[in-house]
Amino acid sequence: MEVLSFLIPISIFLGIIGLAGFIWTLRTNQYDDPEGDARRILSDTYDDHPAED
Amino acid sequence: MASTDFDTEFETGAAACPGCSMASVAAQRARQQAGAEDETILVSLPTIHCAACINTVEQGLLALPHVRDARVNLTRKRATVHAAPGTDPADIAADVERLGYEAHVLDSATLSGDAADRAGRDLLMRLAVAGFASMNVMLLSVAVWSGAEGATRDLFHWISAAIVMPAVAFSAQPFFRNAWTALRARHLNMDVPISLAILLALVTSLWETSLSGEHAYFDAAIALTFFLLTGRYLDHRTRSVARSAARELAALEVPKAWRIGAEGDEKVDAGTLAVGDLVRVHPGARMPVDGDITDGTSELDRSLLTGETVPVRAEPGRAVSAGEVNLTGPLVIRATAVGRDTSLHRMADLVAVAESGRSRYTSLADKAAKLYAPGVHVLSALAFVGWLAYTGDLRVALNIAAAVLIITCPCALGLAVPAVTTAASGRLFRHGLLIKNATALERLAQVDTVVFDKTGTLTAGTPVPTNLADMPPRDLQIALALASGSAHPLSKALTQAARAAGVVPADVTDITEVPGHGTQGTWQGHPVRLGRAAWLGAEPLDQTAAWLRVGDEAAHPILFTDRLRDGAAETVAALEKRGMRVILMSGDSPRAVQSLAGSLGIDDWTAEALPADKAARIEALSAEGAKVLMVGDGLNDTAALTAAHVSISPASALDAARVASDIVLLGATLSPLPEAISTAGRSLRRIRENFTVATWYNIIAVPLAVAGLCSPLIAALAMSASSITVSLNALRVR
Repeated sequence: MEVLSFLIPISIFLGIIGLAGFIWTLRTNQYDDPEGDARRILSDTYDDHPAED
Repeated sequence: MASTDFDTEFETGAAACPGCSMASVAAQRARQQAGAEDETILVSLPTIHCAACINTVEQGLLALPHVRDARVNLTRKRATVHAAPGTDPADIAADVERLGYEAHVLDSATLSGDAADRAGRDLLMRLAVAGFASMNVMLLSVAVWSGAEGATRDLFHWISAAIVMPAVAFSAQPFFRNAWTALRARHLNMDVPISLAILLALVTSLWETSLSGEHAYFDAAIALTFFLLTGRYLDHRTRSVARSAARELAALEVPKAWRIGAEGDEKVDAGTLAVGDLVRVHPGARMPVDGDITDGTSELDRSLLTGETVPVRAEPGRAVSAGEVNLTGPLVIRATAVGRDTSLHRMADLVAVAESGRSRYTSLADKAAKLYAPGVHVLSALAFVGWLAYTGDLRVALNIAAAVLIITCPCALGLAVPAVTTAASGRLFRHGLLIKNATALERLAQVDTVVFDKTGTLTAGTPVPTNLADMPPRDLQIALALASGSAHPLSKALTQAARAAGVVPADVTDITEVPGHGTQGTWQGHPVRLGRAAWLGAEPLDQTAAWLRVGDEAAHPILFTDRLRDGAAETVAALEKRGMRVILMSGDSPRAVQSLAGSLGIDDWTAEALPADKAARIEALSAEGAKVLMVGDGLNDTAALTAAHVSISPASALDAARVASDIVLLGATLSPLPEAISTAGRSLRRIRENFTVATWYNIIAVPLAVAGLCSPLIAALAMSASSITVSLNALRVR
């Protein structure tokens, strides 16, 4: 059972990385235009004017 | 601000490398200057739908020399353009139209609060933290439920506590705050039992864990927070979508005015006008302020204010109100009242009176909460006292009380209403209806009487000639020739109808437009005139008409009627088929109202109704027990819209009317109305079903909890099951 003392912190740490990632996407306005982003990926021109704010 | 930046940059940079820092400062200054004066222009693009559209618009705009940056947002169907100083937003819209997409300029000041939806982001953040914590704690709980014992169980409980305590402290803040506000105001709302359940569950679980007890409710507490936050977030999103769409409608009407200053005319925001300013109003424009005409003659369309369809003559000395539309000649107006003091303000008293009636409505959720909150507390307290008396053990009694609170916690109840309204609002939005008010759907479902305004609501506000077939071909040809030389709405309608009928214009020369009167010319040596009755020496009718006189003959009227709005006849028929009472109330003349009522088959109609009359009639109907739906668009309808049980206005309505109504009809047709009422009825049924599901689940689970048979496992299962049932049931509305 000693393995738990590694596994639990590791699993919580990985979860926190995911949570931090989500919070980062939220703070950088990545949900402002979900539909447009889904379409832009299909276009073959490089998106060199990303939204600034 | 700019100069402070400059100074600090200069000082810090000077120490390290004077030359290069100077260069960077110069570049920065240049950028700042360019940036400060760049125009940010928002354009609404209702027809874009694909990746190719995004590319076409962005590349097309970036190719223009004065455009610095262009970005399309497909979700909001909007483009943000940064252009060189002095660029006219209307030009950008015209450029986009040339690319093949419909474009409208949006007023960026009106939309300023739109981008940063702080409350929504805040809720989403809390939801994410609660979701993260509940996933982890659920996994830890699996070990406990599958029979972990002794030190392992304690360890898992402590880890759960370490995750849940901070997560709840952060995520459940909205509930705690609401509950505290309610308690301070000495009443109960849904958040009081929620907060109590979460806190009590945490306290008993901590106590249990510290005594190496078997049951801890950490997983239940965090799952509860997560489900309830989901409900809150859905609720918030539905409302913010509606709010931003409503704001976009307001931003479409960029309120600009031409002020006559010392150095000629200048285009300014209507909000900056002051009393005494001289304002030029071009034909086709709306009066930005109340005022007196000082120069020019024209005609005014007052239909949005009074419902009258017959244009009124405008000449120096006459008073005009904000919202009237100038039809023919340019007018100069001296402002007598601006902004909040304009004629809108006169309606404010009526609206305020009507408002007090509206606020009396309690939503189904509030009604449920009123029954529910005290019941839960009494039940839980009884369980606590009963078990304390029976066993004499405080720990057991507290455990049971916590179980009762968690089991009865209104998880399903908190989701029941938002899930249904979100699904129903989404469905109605696709049909072109914008639900602005949270309880509008419930109220719409109860409607049994529908009151329509005439002008601009049942009619499209565009005239069509009715007696062209009765006119001799010669007159028709002359009329067409005269009409095509004018921009007056009646002339335009006449031109369109005559062209469609294949009429060839007669050879009329010297066509001139006399503002406020009509058009005149010469035909085969005879003077010919098309215009107002008084100008041609005829007796005015009580119906919209243009008169035609050829030479010295008697003048003939060309009669006009307002075109019916698309779907008006079908909508009225569908509503009557459902057994609803349909009433027509208009400020227009009796004849015009009667003919429209006759053609739509409405028996109950009122003409020449003043704004106060409309509101009074609706209050009288409500007093008789009728649930009235008011559909109207004008300033004269605002009081009635507010007085009605629920109200709808078309997107073409005045801003004041749209603000006063609960639902905005986005398309040009009325046909989604019956569908909306049935969707509202269905969603109300779903809400009731959801309440029933939640109640049955309580009826089964509460006795178990009170009897002390409810383990945390059962609590967690039952809570999730009821929440998921309720959400799935809500989705059936879509």
